[in-house]
Amino acid sequence: MAFDDAYSALTDHDDDARWAYGTGFSDPLASVPSSVPADVDGADLSLYCLMLGDDALILSHRLQEWVTRAPELEDELALANIALDLLGQARLLLSRAGVASGASSLAAVEDVLAFGRDAAEFRNVRLAERSDADFACLVGRLLVMVTWRLAAFDRLASSRDPMLAAIAAKGVKELTYHRDYAAQWVVRLGDGTALSHSRMAAAMAELLPLTGELFATHPVEARLAVAGVAVEPVSLRAEFDGVMAQVLEAATLDPVLPGPPVAASGEGAGRDGVHGPELDEILREMQSVARAVPGGVW
Amino acid sequence: MTDFALFDQAIARDQRIEPADEMPERYRSTMIRQIAQHAHSEIIGMQPEGEWITRAPTLRRKAILLAKVQDEAGHGLYLYSAAETLGADRGDLTQRLIEGRQKYSSIFNYPTLSFADVGVIGWLVDGAAICNQVPLCRSSYGPYARAMIRICKEESFHQRQGYELLLTMMSGTAAQRDMVQDAVDRWWWPSLMMFGPPDADSPNTAQSMAWKIKRHTNDELRQRFVDMSVPQAAELGVTLPDPELAWNASRDHYDFGQPDWDELRRVISGGGAMNEQRIARRRQADTDGAWVREAAAAHAAKNLEVAR
Amino acid sequence: MTRHEWPLFEVFVRAKRGLNHVHVGSLRAADHEMALHHARDLYTRRNEGVSIWVVRSDQVAASDPAEKPSFFEPSADKVYRHPTHYTIPSTVPHI
Repeated sequence: MAFDDAYSALTDHDDDARWAYGTGFSDPLASVPSSVPADVDGADLSLYCLMLGDDALILSHRLQEWVTRAPELEDELALANIALDLLGQARLLLSRAGVASGASSLAAVEDVLAFGRDAAEFRNVRLAERSDADFACLVGRLLVMVTWRLAAFDRLASSRDPMLAAIAAKGVKELTYHRDYAAQWVVRLGDGTALSHSRMAAAMAELLPLTGELFATHPVEARLAVAGVAVEPVSLRAEFDGVMAQVLEAATLDPVLPGPPVAASGEGAGRDGVHGPELDEILREMQSVARAVPGGVW
Repeated sequence: MTDFALFDQAIARDQRIEPADEMPERYRSTMIRQIAQHAHSEIIGMQPEGEWITRAPTLRRKAILLAKVQDEAGHGLYLYSAAETLGADRGDLTQRLIEGRQKYSSIFNYPTLSFADVGVIGWLVDGAAICNQVPLCRSSYGPYARAMIRICKEESFHQRQGYELLLTMMSGTAAQRDMVQDAVDRWWWPSLMMFGPPDADSPNTAQSMAWKIKRHTNDELRQRFVDMSVPQAAELGVTLPDPELAWNASRDHYDFGQPDWDELRRVISGGGAMNEQRIARRRQADTDGAWVREAAAAHAAKNLEVAR
Repeated sequence: MTRHEWPLFEVFVRAKRGLNHVHVGSLRAADHEMALHHARDLYTRRNEGVSIWVVRSDQVAASDPAEKPSFFEPSADKVYRHPTHYTIPSTVPHI
């Protein structure tokens, strides 16, 4: 048996078709032009990509926390898959944000943005940073976030920024699966046992009032929507409400209507860099190694 | 049939034993124990590296580590699936793990102290695992052998990503190079222990070799691992913490020192730094998840009634 | 013995168009929908498939290995089922 390369010892089994072994990986964005359209404001586009990128990065972090803690091993895999997809979306969007704001070193820009910014510079909605009290909160929040995101990406697939359009088109396929996964779990828990019903109901009652922030239009969103680059979040409302109503009904849960936009209550919102202590906690953890070794390469 | 003529014939002809075949009870129980311990090792093995996913210093490393830890969950599942073909139930095997009645690889009872540990685990621990696992692709039990082929193929990226991380860190700051050397110093001996006790103290080896459950002795595999690792360490620019390590031209192998076997026995029997915490995490996940699993089962049962 | 809360499902994956579904292993799931999701996440993480079947393990009927001689060996001597059984002069084309 050849041990110089341990894997050559496997050659007598190398009938890949039989083993359904993965091939054909490709980069769907390889041929997309990266220049910002001439009439689009680079700073606005950058900020908009940060909003969408930070939502994904921070939600992915919360999902990563479930790895080794999920109710069943199969769900650990599923949650890791979703976390990986969202992390992938975050990386593309942060890179886009960097390019749009004129960053010079493209390779490191995603890391500069992820590990170099403080909480006030993060643009995610506050719903993304919440920690999950239990599995019902996890799947409930996931359902809310990816339902909104899928509706947004569906429209962004025809954005006038070709890179954002390509990122969104790729993301739609991923988010469709995420929404399906989350919706199935909300239905199972809502309909399952008396205990799971009460936990799922409690989770939705807590979550839905926090969804207002997703639909409050930020000035950047308004300007970019006029330019055909972004979507007005309020335009996603009907689809979002429709999906939620359908899932909640199948889950035998009361349809709870989302509350007013958080911004209107005068608190400030995540899109403006106003966050709760939970984001500080996430960043302390996420940025700990990167910040502990100045000049480190990884 | 009590003389297992078909079983003996299959083993003699180097054919695979398949789930419904008649087999000696001791073969079945040995196989279940070996596969279950292997599965548990994959699942517990998610933890030492999993702790660093949320702290990975670049987004690329975060994605790699998340995919790797996810693979380990997958490998655990392939193996539980193989064990279930022998009549074992995963619920029962999980119970044995979280009650401490079934073992897992003692290597995972060591703590991961820095991000360099992620690289060293990929290079040395996964490297040792590969030496152990490649021969298992020819195990006499078909479902186990097939699971191992899939696992070995998928693991081809695990060792390489670890080594690549270490190479990158060695090209970084002095503090990073110190981190790598420190991690190598801590993981080298535990990696050697992954091959089990010396052949002279390994009572089950003979029967396992006869049944073609094992294909190489512990000492043979350990020697191969050392021979593979020494040039890799040189290329990396780290020192392996064994003063006895030297090329022996007459044997055509490296000579090396003996690990502290008393420590291995201590760690295996639960004395490892992290033993309690590793098991507690699994127990917690199982307990916390019970209401979720029950809810899903209840929902499925209701749906079945509606369908009728 | 503690039984798992969810039943066992067998998973079959079609690697690409033109190939049969192949048995790849099993998993635990509460129902068929969940089994399909789990199969997708567990067995097709690396682009391994274009189609998945799941079937409850307790619904699979299998032949008995003890009856292997009576079940399978009768076909072993039916060499006339195989094309190489027939000698055709090499001068005959396209056969």
